[in-house]
Amino acid sequence: MSGGVDSSVAAALLAEQGHDVIGLSMQLYDASGADGRASFGSCCSIDDLHDARRVAAVIDIPHYILNFERQFDEQVVSNFVHEYAAGRTPLPCAHCNSDLKFATLVERARGFGADMVATGHYARVERDAASGRFLLKRGVDPEKDQSYFLFPLTQDQLAHAVFPVGDRPKDEVREYARRRRLPVAGKPDSQEICFIPDHDYAAFVTERVPAAAREGAIVDAQGRVLGSHGGIHRFTVGQRKGLGLSTPAPMYVLELRPAERQVVVGPRASLEQTMLTASGVNWILDAPVEPRTVTAQIRHRHHPAPAIVRATGPSTAEAVFETPQIAITPGQAVVFYDGDVVVGGGWID
Amino acid sequence: MTRIYFDYNATTPPAPGVADAVIRVTQDVFGNASSVHAFGQQAKTVLDEARSALAALLHADQSEVVFTSGGTEADNFAIRGAAEALEPAGRRHLIASAIEHEAILNTVKALTRRGWRTTLLRVDETGVVSPERLREVITDDTAIVSVMHANNEIGTVQPVGEMAAIAHAHGALMHTDAVQSAGKIPVDVRALGVDLLSVSAHKFNGPKGAGALWIKRGTRMQPVMTGGKHERNRRAGTENVAALVGLGVAAALAASKMASEAIRVAALRDRLEAGILSAVPGTVVNGARESRVPNTTNISVDRVEAESLLIALDLEGVAVSTGSACSSGTLEPSHVLRAMGLPAHRTQNSLRFSLGMFSTQEEVDRVIEILPRLVEKLRGLTRKAVAAGG
Repeated sequence: MSGGVDSSVAAALLAEQGHDVIGLSMQLYDASGADGRASFGSCCSIDDLHDARRVAAVIDIPHYILNFERQFDEQVVSNFVHEYAAGRTPLPCAHCNSDLKFATLVERARGFGADMVATGHYARVERDAASGRFLLKRGVDPEKDQSYFLFPLTQDQLAHAVFPVGDRPKDEVREYARRRRLPVAGKPDSQEICFIPDHDYAAFVTERVPAAAREGAIVDAQGRVLGSHGGIHRFTVGQRKGLGLSTPAPMYVLELRPAERQVVVGPRASLEQTMLTASGVNWILDAPVEPRTVTAQIRHRHHPAPAIVRATGPSTAEAVFETPQIAITPGQAVVFYDGDVVVGGGWID
Repeated sequence: MTRIYFDYNATTPPAPGVADAVIRVTQDVFGNASSVHAFGQQAKTVLDEARSALAALLHADQSEVVFTSGGTEADNFAIRGAAEALEPAGRRHLIASAIEHEAILNTVKALTRRGWRTTLLRVDETGVVSPERLREVITDDTAIVSVMHANNEIGTVQPVGEMAAIAHAHGALMHTDAVQSAGKIPVDVRALGVDLLSVSAHKFNGPKGAGALWIKRGTRMQPVMTGGKHERNRRAGTENVAALVGLGVAAALAASKMASEAIRVAALRDRLEAGILSAVPGTVVNGARESRVPNTTNISVDRVEAESLLIALDLEGVAVSTGSACSSGTLEPSHVLRAMGLPAHRTQNSLRFSLGMFSTQEEVDRVIEILPRLVEKLRGLTRKAVAAGG
């Protein structure tokens, strides 16, 4: 229970259905900040933990706050900063789901006698009668679907996962929260990365990895130096703003070269690519040894595009798009769908 | 579910008569104890009765008792009030033990930020502060020495009297936080030889929001709460008459029953401790077992996260804690166990069981019955996770 509307409603629905529900919230970082700044309004701050407790009181379930500061730092935050420092654009929410919520949290919950762990994700789990496999499907609200962030879940993890709001549209979830008089019914949706409330990712990364702030050159595809930059962690593929270049046509970041500390830029047309490879791939359906037609989603807000995917190894894959895609970004996830069903996904190389 | 409450060091249920007294005074004695008229005089009378009852518990004179909002305020008053009084004389050094409650430790930190020199006394592996160590660090510019009478997490009783003599030999004041000892073991302010002593009503079956600082007659102190002339000019603010009357009722009862209760509760605690040690492999008691308050035991359970065990116990209806209630919700291992030099696997896996007035043998036996199963289950999961992590 994050203290947001979705997990609050998830808990309330299960309690209403008569399940024996234990509310758990994860304290993930010291929300007061080193200098005592409070991170008001961000996910998992002290205020949010209080909100979760108030909801638990309204729906009359026990509630506990588990301190996962160390685990969150080791499994999510350090990966986040090192990915940025290595010229990639990380997706910490997916790591948090597979490595923390559906790993450490599930293990703790089992210790308390729980059979299943429910979250407020907009996604669905279904058991395929024919194969016996647990399928991950998109939530019914296309605007809110979060299956993209859940692709790394294993069969064992999916078997113990419940997503009570996944088969409802968001406005229905809010309406339910209002009807049950949950104190978070009108709370805004959480945005951005929860552990960087001021959204200054670059400062966060350089605080953790000072070496990331080493200067380098901004070059074009031919290697001509067009300018300089204060560290490649400040850039992501497809970025246009903040380059400080005075070129006649707008330039976009095409590639980050950590070894040379170079930011490669070019015109928008150069952002288009038709092929990607992925590693750390998790197949939820059978791995496509033969090429399989899917739709592939390369970032959270990307409209999935038709592609042919095939497994190239035990945990690697290659996808070829029907039409070129803009800004295929290393470090982000690519998730393959068959309609609403997640075929699998991996990390873009 | 019948719940078992073994967290008396966090707070206690009210003793018989306490709640009635609080309600009666709230309803019938609403006067301001500082008012001249009959309403005020009535309030002053019941307040003085409470003051006398607490003075009797501490073997003190009632004129030396200054009521506060609780133990934290009393500790703040003791340290800050003495610091302010002694600073003009050039004394800017403060000594406290490393196992004090946060009310002392964070007040010490505040003085450090104001430029005071502060020294924390280590403890040995039994959780007892050494007077020898105090002798080494005390100087003639030491203003205050603050060492708790009994520790809240492990219950060990500290050699306060011996340390008071050392403090006085150097012209320093001696304060003791007796929040966890008052009402449990005899507290005699003269025998202890201290100048300042803090107590809190809700730790001895009184209401919350009521406590006191005992200030030995003649001690130089500055008020910390400034305002009107309450509490003989020592602590401003209209007295919480109802809660303080509750404090008086609880103090009188504690004084009259202390001898028999100490024996009864110690027997329960020892039964619980022995039962856990024999039923759960990999358990060990933290701190000296001889000189402890009779109600407390602190046990490390190997290969189990205390946080998980605490929750698993609560879901079974058993309330215990992982340290002081004030520091729960933080990841830091107990500062008390760390100061004792215990290894990480013991500082992070410790549970505190603290018993009291309404604890029974049935409850003790029930906990001994439940605990092994919960520990086994949590250990099984830990093993699996390690195996999966490979």
